[in-house]
Amino acid sequence: MKGYGAWSLIREGLRHHLGWGRAWGSPAPRRRYEVVIVGAGGHGLATAYYLARNHGITDIAVLEKSWLGGGNTGRNTTIIRSNYLHDPSAAIYEKARQLYETLSQELDFNIMFSPRGVMMLAQTEHEKRVWQRVAHANVLQGIDTRFIGPEEVKRRVPIINIDGPRYPVLGALWQPRGGTARHDAVAWGYARALDRMGVHIIENCEVTGIRTEGGKVVGVETGKGPIDCGKLALVVAGHSSRLAEMAGFRLPMESVTLQALVSEPVKPMLDVVVMANTVHGYISQSDKGELVIGGGTDGYVNYTRRGAFQHVEETVAALVETFPVLGRLRLMRQWGGIVDVTGDRSPILSKTPVENLFVNCGWGTGGFKAIPGSGWAMAELVATGEPGALAEPFALSRFREGRFIDESVAAGVAH
Amino acid sequence: MLRLTCPHCGITAEETELRPGGEAHLERAGPGASDEGFEAWLFARKNPMGVHFERWRHLYGCGKWFIAARHTVTLEVFGTYPAQTKAPPADLVERIRARLSARGGQAEPGAGAGDGEGGKA
Ligand SMILES: Cc1cc2nc3c(=O)[nH]c(=O)nc-3n(C[C@H](O)[C@H](O)[C@H](O)COP(=O)(O)OP(=O)(O)OC[C@H]3O[C@@H](n4cnc5c(N)ncnc54)[C@H](O)[C@@H]3O)c2cc1C
Ligand SMILES: [Zn+2]
Repeated sequence: MKGYGAWSLIREGLRHHLGWGRAWGSPAPRRRYEVVIVGAGGHGLATAYYLARNHGITDIAVLEKSWLGGGNTGRNTTIIRSNYLHDPSAAIYEKARQLYETLSQELDFNIMFSPRGVMMLAQTEHEKRVWQRVAHANVLQGIDTRFIGPEEVKRRVPIINIDGPRYPVLGALWQPRGGTARHDAVAWGYARALDRMGVHIIENCEVTGIRTEGGKVVGVETGKGPIDCGKLALVVAGHSSRLAEMAGFRLPMESVTLQALVSEPVKPMLDVVVMANTVHGYISQSDKGELVIGGGTDGYVNYTRRGAFQHVEETVAALVETFPVLGRLRLMRQWGGIVDVTGDRSPILSKTPVENLFVNCGWGTGGFKAIPGSGWAMAELVATGEPGALAEPFALSRFREGRFIDESVAAGVAH
Repeated sequence: MLRLTCPHCGITAEETELRPGGEAHLERAGPGASDEGFEAWLFARKNPMGVHFERWRHLYGCGKWFIAARHTVTLEVFGTYPAQTKAPPADLVERIRARLSARGGQAEPGAGAGDGEGGKA
């Protein structure tokens, strides 16, 4: 397999690009692996990658029921930021954001990280105070954000309507090194790196059962036969409750549909990410010129990936109010993903009631930004059997002990 | 868009007229309950791929709470009944069982009955 540098590009350019080869293989599963990871989304792949890179474990299989990166990782609006209120969240999201800065170089795969700046609008007095509070918290956490006034908002986003009739823009929380990345490329980049390290990624291989002996996990049943394992990590986002049920425990989570849409491509008009939480819509412009728009979740359990239409309507109404210039734009595509929303809207990286079985889930509406940091922390948990500083606050036990990480208070919005 | 019939006022309302209220028939942990009891009541959820008994409120109508039995993979609604009911009514459970076995799915309401997006459901 080749590197993706300038020389190979020139050589392949001269050979009609016939010699690139596959970026990752499709091996037949072995009978046993030291670690089995269920779910080849960003978080599962990153967990495998840092297990290999940081802990020297390469006897790993990542089992995916459909195609790699086809879950929420390939369906999200790709916003990356770390401007959270609480210290545990700030730590893991900022770790991820920092890893994103150099991930293209590390993986030798252009993930198109674009730290163009993320702006979270304050459109009520309450929201203004919340963002000011977050900005102060971020100073203490060493995260580069600040609260900016409406003039600076208008200067950075000329198309915005700052004195909207319902919700005038009173300022914004600004994170200059937040931004976006290419979602598929993150999954593909990790997959290619894993393949090079000898890790098996097995697609079209659904896990249908979990085998335990004496309270310990020993293997899984799959569409491609039984596979034994020393340790098992469930990293399946919206399907986590189902996998947990197979292992005999329940998670503090519900799965709902979250939708997104893109417009027809237009000339460059917006070079930052804007999130309008009060009216509930967020928007950025892709390199192809499409406006990428995210909306709200359904309020009920829904595994269909078809969200309710009123959320599309609400999102579009909110955006047209904030950006009147979008009023005549046509929308090209709309889709949904099944997101895993926990009781306190924060993720779970944890041991479970079953020995050697670990879960990484609950990233809900906002886990794309966390992929490298989550993989890093999860790898440590799986390799050593104990959480490190990043994962420790996100244990399942917090729901029993009342140690919530309640980010929904700070940002009750999907992103 | 979901359409549910309110068992109190008889109106068939669209989703926008209603407010979802989460899993029904949870056992409320009271004073003196164990930590596990509180955790189960407040947070642990079935979140099934299959039949879900869930609370709804007829918010922009009569204002009353009721319970709906709905399939989370097909969105089929099997029926609704007042929130004061302690357990799913026997005739509804029977109806669900008949519907699921007619479709060739799992016959046990409450157990996971679908196989997700793109599947046979
Ligand atoms: C519309 C939308 C917009 C979003 N916008 C943002 C955003 O702007 N910024 C942000 O940070 N986050 C965003 N998110 C959230 C983000 O997409 C997710 O948190 C993140 O991608 C979760 O990654 P994952 O690897 O945990 O899950 P996934 O990518 O869903 O991967 C889980 C994988 O597990 C597989 N699987 C499930 N069951 C089984 C089984 N039984 N056997 C084998 N494999 C199985 C699935 O097929 C899937 O591929 C958004 C989500 C959606 C839906
Ligand atoms: Zn009513």
